[in-house]
Amino acid sequence: MSKAANSPRRFDLPLTAQMISSLRAGDMVSLSGEVYTARDVAHRRLYEALSKGEKLPLDLKTATIFYAAPAPTPPGKIIGSVGPTTSYRMDAFTPALIEHGLKAMIGKGSRAPEVIEAIKKYGAVYFGAIGGIAALSAKRVAKAEIVAYEDLGPEAIRKLTIVDFPAIVINDAQGNDLYLSAREQWRIASK
Amino acid sequence: MAEIKIREIDSKTITQTVKKLFIDANTNLGDDVVCSLQDAVGREESPLGKQVLEKIVENAQIARQEKMPICQDTGLAVVFVEIGQDVHITGGNLKDAVNEGVRQAYQEGFLRKSVCDPLTRKNTQDNTPAVIHTEIVAGDRIKIIAMPKGGGSENMSAAKMLTPAAGSEGIKKFVLETVENAGPNPCPPIMVGVGIGGSLEEACLLAKKALLRTPGEKSEDARLAQMEKELYENINNLGIGPGGLGGRITTLSVSMEMLPCHIASLPVAVNIQCHVARHKEIII
Repeated sequence: MSKAANSPRRFDLPLTAQMISSLRAGDMVSLSGEVYTARDVAHRRLYEALSKGEKLPLDLKTATIFYAAPAPTPPGKIIGSVGPTTSYRMDAFTPALIEHGLKAMIGKGSRAPEVIEAIKKYGAVYFGAIGGIAALSAKRVAKAEIVAYEDLGPEAIRKLTIVDFPAIVINDAQGNDLYLSAREQWRIASK
Repeated sequence: MAEIKIREIDSKTITQTVKKLFIDANTNLGDDVVCSLQDAVGREESPLGKQVLEKIVENAQIARQEKMPICQDTGLAVVFVEIGQDVHITGGNLKDAVNEGVRQAYQEGFLRKSVCDPLTRKNTQDNTPAVIHTEIVAGDRIKIIAMPKGGGSENMSAAKMLTPAAGSEGIKKFVLETVENAGPNPCPPIMVGVGIGGSLEEACLLAKKALLRTPGEKSEDARLAQMEKELYENINNLGIGPGGLGGRITTLSVSMEMLPCHIASLPVAVNIQCHVARHKEIII
């Protein structure tokens, strides 16, 4: 944690297996490359498509999924305000996606034990981004386009090109959980 | 018989007011909340937590300058309307006027439409219907409070019907448990609104109204002020910290509201608010 205030490790997406295995909970990272936004309904659709053996609108093996749905794009901007949504709502679908190749997720908030287990078993990583700083985060997006499920409006899958997007490793492939360890570190026993 | 003077207010004025309030609330974080966050930067001991708080303050400034939503979740539109009993609304009904204001704000203000059918999950496309709480009060004015409420923090809220035997210890235990279970999910530093008493729905409404108070403003009821203080300390001792990444500042405030309840009951509701604590009001 002491290195947290230091400069972040920079990575180009997609992450390689080697990069992922080098990541540890608490590492600050700066991510550049393509990510796909997907949240509640999009996850259900991806899961159902997988169950039926249908082709997905993204390649899970190389995709980084960002749990997000931006505000509408105002004139003259690349994207509206955008930031992470709470990840646990995707937990019902995530182990299946990881099993089929998903390696990297960006969101906020704690994951279910099954997700943490799948991250460990298949060598994946869960990054946390800060929620509620969406005007600032939008500045890290260089390009945005809808690639699937347009009918879902804000929940459509968008391909975003991010540049030096700040995040922190929450769950690494070793099974560590930053949210739990950080809370323990700072907890004061109450009377 | 004394003459009763009825003041007429055009429903269009209500629509325009609601529109203005939601755009303002979503792009312009209240000074009281910004001050509370700035104060938290100075008090946070965790370097990472301090960094998170600095980003939150910087984001609020950028949103204000660029008229961008502070958070992409521009909320479910919660509206409190206090209507003076000497007011007559002309040119349409109140509910339609409020919903039209929400519709215009979310469409013209580039705010995200986050409302859907609970079962099909189909988006209603214009962020309506709003959740409207009306109250008839004395006078000839209308006070409108717009509160865009984010889903992430609302999801971490809870209500429980405690037994009278549980008492204030039971209340404190339930509030602390709710915040502990929420952990990093509701975008801490949070604000905690607690409603005690009334019925199930009254407790929930009290909890939401408690979130309209300025962070740090104590209850006028000394018993509640004491509980607020204890809970504030105990919540911040949990260590969850800004962004859930560990630290001293988990909550900016605990605000409690209370009303009498049934002799069999002790309803308690905990409404959690993320750090993007948005609400704006206008008196017409």
